Amino acid sequence: MQKLINTESVLDNHWTVMKVATGPEVLQAVQGKNFVVPLKFYKLYRSELDEYSGNIAVWLDSDEQVEQIGDELHSLPLIALNFPVFSDGRSYTNARELRQRYGYKGEIRAIGDVLRDQLYYMAQCGFTSFELRHDQDVEVCLGAFDDFKTGYQSTIVEPTPLFRRR
Amino acid sequence: MYKYDEYDHQMLADRVQQFRDQTARYLDGKLSEAEFLPLRLQNGLYVQRLAPMMRIAVPYGMLSSTQLRKLAYITNHYDKGYAHLTTRQNVQINWPNLSEVPDILADLAEVEMHAVQTSGNCIRNTTTDQFAGVAVDELEDSRAYCEIIRQWSTFHPEFAFLPRKFKIAVCGTAIDQAATQVHDIGVYLIKGPNDEVGFRILAGGGLGRTPVIGQEVFDFVEKKHLLTALEAILRVYNREGRRDNKYKARIKILVKETGVEEFRNKVMKEWEIVKDSALTLSDEEIARCKKFFVDPDYEELSDCPGELTDNLQRDVLFAAWHSQNVKPHKKAGYAIVTVCFKETGVAPGDITYRQLNQVADLADSYSFGEVRISHHQNIVMADVRQDQLYALWRELDSGAMASHNLGLLTDIICCPGGDFCALANAKSIPIAESIQRKFNDHEELKDIGVMNINISGCMNACGHHHVGNIGILGVDKKGEEYYQVSLGGSSKNAASLGKIIGPSFAQEEIPEVVEKIVGVYKANRTGDEKFIDTYNRIGLEPFKETVYAKAD
Repeated sequence: MQKLINTESVLDNHWTVMKVATGPEVLQAVQGKNFVVPLKFYKLYRSELDEYSGNIAVWLDSDEQVEQIGDELHSLPLIALNFPVFSDGRSYTNARELRQRYGYKGEIRAIGDVLRDQLYYMAQCGFTSFELRHDQDVEVCLGAFDDFKTGYQSTIVEPTPLFRRR
Repeated sequence: MYKYDEYDHQMLADRVQQFRDQTARYLDGKLSEAEFLPLRLQNGLYVQRLAPMMRIAVPYGMLSSTQLRKLAYITNHYDKGYAHLTTRQNVQINWPNLSEVPDILADLAEVEMHAVQTSGNCIRNTTTDQFAGVAVDELEDSRAYCEIIRQWSTFHPEFAFLPRKFKIAVCGTAIDQAATQVHDIGVYLIKGPNDEVGFRILAGGGLGRTPVIGQEVFDFVEKKHLLTALEAILRVYNREGRRDNKYKARIKILVKETGVEEFRNKVMKEWEIVKDSALTLSDEEIARCKKFFVDPDYEELSDCPGELTDNLQRDVLFAAWHSQNVKPHKKAGYAIVTVCFKETGVAPGDITYRQLNQVADLADSYSFGEVRISHHQNIVMADVRQDQLYALWRELDSGAMASHNLGLLTDIICCPGGDFCALANAKSIPIAESIQRKFNDHEELKDIGVMNINISGCMNACGHHHVGNIGILGVDKKGEEYYQVSLGGSSKNAASLGKIIGPSFAQEEIPEVVEKIVGVYKANRTGDEKFIDTYNRIGLEPFKETVYAKAD
C-alpha cells in the first residue's frame, strides 16, 4: 500500500486510483467506493459515472491538459496529476493551471513517481496531497516541505513574490 | 554589484543543506543514480570522462575581487590549480571529489556564490553584454533586469523539470555582444511607442544540433511585465515542449513545429492569466535592483591623457595590446580592458589560481574591485583609468595575461572537448592550439583583422561553432575524429548561422584549411572589409573551390 501524506502528516487514503479502466462495468462490481478514474474514461462515461453510488474523481496524465476536463471541474472533490517519471515536469504546470486559471479549490494529488526531492516544488505549485512511491520513507518525505524557508517566486502557496515582501 | 540580503543568504544556505542531504543519501545508496542525476546537475555537477566537473554560476558574468580570491582558493585547494571560463560566463573546475562538493558549495556561499542551475533541464545562468553599464552605445544597463530574472528563475518550483535546458540573454546595447538571438529567450531593451524603455522578447533561438535564430513573441512590453511575459513563455514550453526525443526538446523545435503565430497565441493565452498579477514588477523593485548597478566613484578626467599617449608612442607592445584589448568607455578618461585568455599553448579560457588572485588584486587596484567574464571566455576590467592603462598592462604582462589578440583570429572560442567532456565526439583544445601556432605573427593577425573561430567538440555546440565566422565542429567518422568546417556565422546584430563548406577534415589538415580560407578572404577583400562582409558579398563558393582544390 502506497503511503499518502499532505505537507504535515500521514493521511488515510480514501481513494483508489484506477490506473487503467476499460468500461463502466468495472465499477458495477464494487459499489460505494471512491475511485479516481482516468480522464478519458471520465469523459466517455459521464452518465454512468453520475449514477455510481460512490465518489468519483479524475486523474490526468502528464500529456493531458486541464482544459480537457471541462466545466464539471469544480464539482470534482479531487483531481490527481500523474508523474509517469519524476523528471517529467508537466504536472507542475497543470497543477498551477488548475489553481490559477480555474480557481480550483479541491484537493490536487500527486500520483505516480512521487519522490522526496520533488515534494517541496509540488506543494508550491498547488498540490495538497502526495501518494508516495512505495519505496519512499514517510518521515524523510515529511521533512521535504521545510527544504526552503521561502522562495523568490509567486507561487500558489505564497502568491506574493519575494520582491513585494522584502 | 548585487549584494545578498538575509533572504538570498537563507535560500542559498537552505540549498547547500538540501544538496548535502541529497549527496549523503546518494552515497548511502538510498537515492538511485537516475534520481540523483538531475539533482546533481542542478547543482552544477557533471560526471565527466576523468572526474566530476563542477560548473560554478557567475550571474551575468559579474565577479568581485573577493569572489575571485575564493575561486582561486577553491581551484587550488579542491582542484588542480586551474579553472576554465565558459561561454555562459561561468567558471568550471574539472577535478573535484564528489564527497567534497557540498564543502565547495558552502565555501562559495560565503561569498554569495553557488553552482545552482548551471546544468540540467532548467533555466540556466542569464547572460548579457560584458560591457553592460559602461558601453558607449547602451540604452540602459541590462544587469538590473538580469538580476531580476536570476531571482525569478532560481528555484522556480514550476520550471525545475523542463523538457530541456533553457537559456536567457538580455541585451541593452546597440551592438549585441551577448549572442541574444541564439538563446531560448532573447530579451532586448528597446524604446517603446512613447519613448519609454521596455523589452522586445524573442523565443526559440538556439544552437546545438538544429541552430535557429529566435523569433519575436513580444514586439514590446513595458518593464513591469517582464517576469509575467517570461512566465507565460515558459509555461507553454513546459507543457508542450517535446519530451519524447531529447534532440527535439529545446523550445526552438516547439516554436518551429507550432509556428510562431500559433506559439504567440498560446503565450498570450497564458499571459492573460498572470499579466497584472502580483508577479508584475513594481517600480520599487526595479529601483531596488538598479541601485546595485550604479556608477562607481569616477573621477572627472579627460580622454587621452599624456601618460597614455606618451606610452603608446614609446612602447610598441603596449600599443599593440591597447589597439586590440582596450575599448572606449562611456565616461571620459576611463577605458574598458579585456584580458584575453587565449595564449597559444594554453587551453582557451583556462586560468590558473595564481592568475585568479592576480586578477583580483589588479581589479582592486585599477577597476573598483570588479570584473566580468565574457562569453568569449575572457575577463573584462570595465572601469580602468586611461592614465593607468600602461601600469595595468605591465602588471598583466608579468602575469602572462597580456595577450593582445582580442577579437583576432587566435581569440578562439572553444569548449573543453574530448580531453575533458564525456559528450564530445572529438578534441577541440588541440585544434585551437594548432591554429594559434599557425598564425603566430601579430602583424599578420592584425592584417587579417576582426575574425572569430569557434570550435565545438560535438553537436551540443558549447563552443558556439554555428555563429563563428569560421565554425569547426568535431564529428565522429567510424571511430576517427574529424572536423566539419562552416563559414559565415555571426552572433552580432545581423546574426547568421554558418554554412558547411563540404566534407570534413582530419585534425592535421585544419590549420591549412584555415590558412586557405584566410587566403581567399585576403585576395577578395576591398578596403577595410571584414572577413564576414567579404564572405557575405562573395559567398561560399570561392572558399570551397580553394579549400578543396587538388594540388597540381
